[in-house]
Amino acid sequence: MNAVSAQMEDLLRTLAPQVLGAVIRRFRDFSASEDAVQEALIAAAEQWPRLGMPQEPRAWLIQVAARRISDQVRAETARRRREELVVSLVPPEEQLALALDEDETAGRDDTLVLLFMCCHPALSSASAIALTLRAVGGLTTAEIARAFLVPEATMAQRISRAKQSIHASGVPFQMPTAEEGAQRLGAVLHVLYLIFSEGYTASFGSELRRSDLSGEALRLTRLLHGLLPDDGEVAGLLALMLLTDARRAARTGPSGELIPLEEQDRRLWNAHEIAEGIALVTATLSRGAVGPYPLQAAIAAVHDEAPSTEATDWPQIVALYEVLMGLSDNPMVALNHAIAVAMVRGPQAGLDLLKRLDADARLAAHHRLDAVRAHLLERAGERAAAIAHYLRASQRTTSLPERDYLLMRAARLRDTGA
Amino acid sequence: MKYILMMNTPGNGPYQVANWPQQDLKAHIAFMMGFAKKLKGTGELLAAEGLAGPDQARRVRAGADGKPITDGVFPESKEFLAGYWMVEVENPERAYAIAAEASAAPGPGGKPLNMAIEVRQVMSGPPPDLM
Repeated sequence: MNAVSAQMEDLLRTLAPQVLGAVIRRFRDFSASEDAVQEALIAAAEQWPRLGMPQEPRAWLIQVAARRISDQVRAETARRRREELVVSLVPPEEQLALALDEDETAGRDDTLVLLFMCCHPALSSASAIALTLRAVGGLTTAEIARAFLVPEATMAQRISRAKQSIHASGVPFQMPTAEEGAQRLGAVLHVLYLIFSEGYTASFGSELRRSDLSGEALRLTRLLHGLLPDDGEVAGLLALMLLTDARRAARTGPSGELIPLEEQDRRLWNAHEIAEGIALVTATLSRGAVGPYPLQAAIAAVHDEAPSTEATDWPQIVALYEVLMGLSDNPMVALNHAIAVAMVRGPQAGLDLLKRLDADARLAAHHRLDAVRAHLLERAGERAAAIAHYLRASQRTTSLPERDYLLMRAARLRDTGA
Repeated sequence: MKYILMMNTPGNGPYQVANWPQQDLKAHIAFMMGFAKKLKGTGELLAAEGLAGPDQARRVRAGADGKPITDGVFPESKEFLAGYWMVEVENPERAYAIAAEASAAPGPGGKPLNMAIEVRQVMSGPPPDLM
């Protein structure tokens, strides 16, 4: 069979949102346009390796997608004519008025508008993720289904329901207004972050497929950063992804087991990603941006710059978490703050901070609180209590590699105390 | 033919991983990961999942108003489902052989656990002449 080369695939994926934008502006129907572009992409992947790449790949894709829709409109019209209702999806005079789009700048804006649309707050995160990967990422339904380990029919249904929600919500295909811009951009960044995390928390046996998701989230965030280079949150998220992704090779052992930060072999960290991430976060912070993503990126940068856990600038991490805590009331941030404080002032100081978090209903039954407490108790030399909390955390986590890791910590402590 | 292999572990029997020594736990986890990888390699593995602890389990039924009535936790359950594999194999004997291999996963002291694996055939769609 003819394989699609990596270069051709890159081109198809880059063109996907631009082509979709052009088709939507011509036919106005998001759902039908999205299906048609998906078919055009599949046709290209099948035909180009065999027949060679067309002179104008973008125009080729727009034309093929437009033809699919016209065929559909014609079939629809014929059906309605039989029902004596001559109504086309788009009036013929409007189809003529809107010329085939060849403008590259429009393509750039379209990509942005599409991102806003696919990550609309009216959608559930699962729907937004799937739709973003298909409409903006140019992935096929089968590829997305494989990445999330669900049957293709399930993913197809999720995408189709997402499109119905967009249709029902009446979101126009245009840039959000200035007032709602920040909130809508926040939703886009959240979806990109979720795609990245999904790939980063690989479960056993599926590592490869899911790391593809991190790569895709990075690609889309890089694309967004290219479209909005002055936005500090976008730059911060891109830096955070780079600085987190840099540790991938060191994060799991040979059989997929989790390796905590302090035990990772830092020589395995990706120096290129670290350098790019640090440069990005430095430039962003120096412009005065202090939103949640640049701050989290700055914390990741402090870790990535350190040769070891001991040599990490923990006081700076404490300070950054304190700024972050001032921005939002997120108990996970408070939990990480307690860990950093323990690194500076000793485990007891961290444990004292955890006591205040016990009252937080959002954390009460969360395994992370038990896991952090277990770590700090271990460092404080409270073996029995540490074992009990590791075990409790292991029963509460729903991540298999994490459960194994927590069980292993408990077993290690039991062994050394015997 | 498709089979589901269900690993049922006694509530207070040999599968008390939480109390195993580190070496034994490590060997057991490595075995399970290698086992899944091997089945994937032979092209027989359809799905494999481990389930979260039974202390999170709830039994649910609909009340008169259709709303869920939940029951649980079941700490004294005699047995619970710890996880399952779904495989596609040529014949039932092959499914039994895979189940036996899983059953012999190493336990404390590296000794095989020989735990019970329930093997059930997964029903298929209608045969072609009935469609």
